[in-house]
Amino acid sequence: MARRLTLTGNDAAAEAMRQIDPDVVTCFPITPQTELMHKFAEFVADGDVKAEMVLVESEHSAMSAAVGAASAGARVMTATSANGLALMWEIVYIAASNRLPIVMPVVNRALSGPINIHCDHSDTMGCRDTGWIQLYSENAQEVYDNVLQGILIAENPEVLLPVMVTFDGFIISHTVEVLDALDDKDARDWVGDYKSTYSLLNTDEPATFGPLDLQDYYFEHKRQQIEGMNNATGVIKSVGEAYGKLSGRAYGMTENYMTDDADYVVVALGSTCGTAKVVVDEMRAEGKRVGLLKIRSFRPFPHAEILAGLASAKAVGVLDRSVSFGAPGGPVHKEILAALSGTGDATVVNYLYGLGGRDISLDHIRTVFEELETLAGKTIPADEVRFIGLRG
Amino acid sequence: MSQAIERARTYLKPLKKLPTVWCGGCGLGVVLSSLTRVMAEMGLDKNKTATISGIGCTGRLPTYIDTNTLHTTHGRALGFATGVKLANPELTVITAMGDGDSVAIGGNHFIHACRRNIDITAIIVNNCIYGMTGGQYSPTTPHGKRGTTAPYGNVEYEFDIVSLAAGAGATFVARTTVYHVRELDKLLERAIRHRGFSVVEVVSNCYTSYGRLNKFSGPVDMFKWMKESAVTVKQAGEMSPEELEGKFIRGIHVEKDQPEFIDVYDKLAQDLTKGPSTVNQKLRATIEGYEQLGDKLKAGIG
Repeated sequence: MARRLTLTGNDAAAEAMRQIDPDVVTCFPITPQTELMHKFAEFVADGDVKAEMVLVESEHSAMSAAVGAASAGARVMTATSANGLALMWEIVYIAASNRLPIVMPVVNRALSGPINIHCDHSDTMGCRDTGWIQLYSENAQEVYDNVLQGILIAENPEVLLPVMVTFDGFIISHTVEVLDALDDKDARDWVGDYKSTYSLLNTDEPATFGPLDLQDYYFEHKRQQIEGMNNATGVIKSVGEAYGKLSGRAYGMTENYMTDDADYVVVALGSTCGTAKVVVDEMRAEGKRVGLLKIRSFRPFPHAEILAGLASAKAVGVLDRSVSFGAPGGPVHKEILAALSGTGDATVVNYLYGLGGRDISLDHIRTVFEELETLAGKTIPADEVRFIGLRG
Repeated sequence: MSQAIERARTYLKPLKKLPTVWCGGCGLGVVLSSLTRVMAEMGLDKNKTATISGIGCTGRLPTYIDTNTLHTTHGRALGFATGVKLANPELTVITAMGDGDSVAIGGNHFIHACRRNIDITAIIVNNCIYGMTGGQYSPTTPHGKRGTTAPYGNVEYEFDIVSLAAGAGATFVARTTVYHVRELDKLLERAIRHRGFSVVEVVSNCYTSYGRLNKFSGPVDMFKWMKESAVTVKQAGEMSPEELEGKFIRGIHVEKDQPEFIDVYDKLAQDLTKGPSTVNQKLRATIEGYEQLGDKLKAGIG
């Protein structure tokens, strides 16, 4: 039986965490993530969960404590945003390299400076090479669903990698939405119990995590990590299908929304996809062949789904909500170009939008589709970036 | 009186920044007015003063002050301030931090700045809570007191910032409250004039996040608590441990002369570059290079 709830994105993540009831949760407050851990602290205080919650003195310590607890064999979660994620950086790599299946909601927020607390993707895009799986969420429903799926993806023995479930700061984190949640028994059965392969607490079979690993074996260990990430593609899909059977909401690597016969496709991540779907519906009603390719899993990157989603496109508008300074276009644009390399002659146009929480409207996205129509067939230099909603 | 207020006001940025972001009844306004008053009374040159902060409610304080200002990342005000002071030792460098900023995420910077005895004034506004993010307990939330993440009372024990600073080697350590405004003025001036690392802990009130959770009836009630709980160093010396239960001690706790970091560094450089050896010539050339860089920086700031 599904339960229909009215929650903010932060509360939706906390609700999933309540049902998962991890062994250990580490936390440190940072806007706009704070309310998530706040809610979870209430669950702890009210005895709704058995989780051991540790409030530490910085995010670096939050991730360090998470790594310690996960090495001991615990199911561990934490959450953060922006500068908090940046401060964790060193240990973010270690969590992935030590193959610890930590699941971390990251509430997207612009990185300083100047200081800004609103949404863009500079924090998690900066983390794209850390070895973490990254699932982007469109709304509170997906936040909830992705957190529950993240546990199974991370802990899969063929993967054993940490997962970031990202969602847009304030736009999703502080907005109240209606969503369907599993009932507690179904959710508990879904995540099951976690039994780690190796545990520091198992003194009968001592294990060592993260020792000095130089020219002798480091390279082989990285190769194993690459394979774990490659394996994640299949696991994300199979977990998404199984979750669909349980909840009625199936998930894949991407959501290809009306792309099958689309001439013009917008590629986006996060809450902007909800806005883009409205524009696609409106323009479809006007007889325009437009579509949206929503990237759910940015790591691993969904090459096959991208190719399928863009197969009929004459022009593609890639929407980036973060900058890769000095690079040809934003992070998503570069990857789309790489995926399409040698496959045809779709015109790919890069749009930079929404930095520091700058709003993106239906009109903006409509303008992108209209511009794509005029640009189809033309060659756009890879480093040419168009700005949405920028003054001057 | 009004002239003093007018003078202090010239140390505030143009009024479009006002009113402040702080909640009604917050003690931070008292700290801001005290600091600008002291700056005015001392006649600090705005262009030769840098006010530096990290993140949090107190982190907003330099936003309103019309000196050079630097708003940095959570916990790192002292790291940035050390860089500013080293690059331009002529600047009067003042940092404003909250309890979370200074002794939680920035705790390591804090103890090492104390140890180093560099000429920086650290104002720590201690409201016993993470105010801006909604009242999570901090390292100075007293044991047993409530925070939103400690709804049944804090199980941890709090830092005593004065003892921490003294133990770490700060050469001027004082404490007062936002209720004791005249003492705050006096201590801030003493701290800024002190040659070395100086710490002023200002016990403040966060009614919104701390007071409401801990049975205070309002901001005024919290000021009453400060009035009744803070005893002077002299009074404390005459009180028994039982009488001191639940009290805290205001006034100057540490004030000592100890060579300041940049002074020691300069003297070392001078001593090392005496004499005609090649090594010394190279050192001299390096130091001259830094001095030229310093002149350029000063020109840029002026």
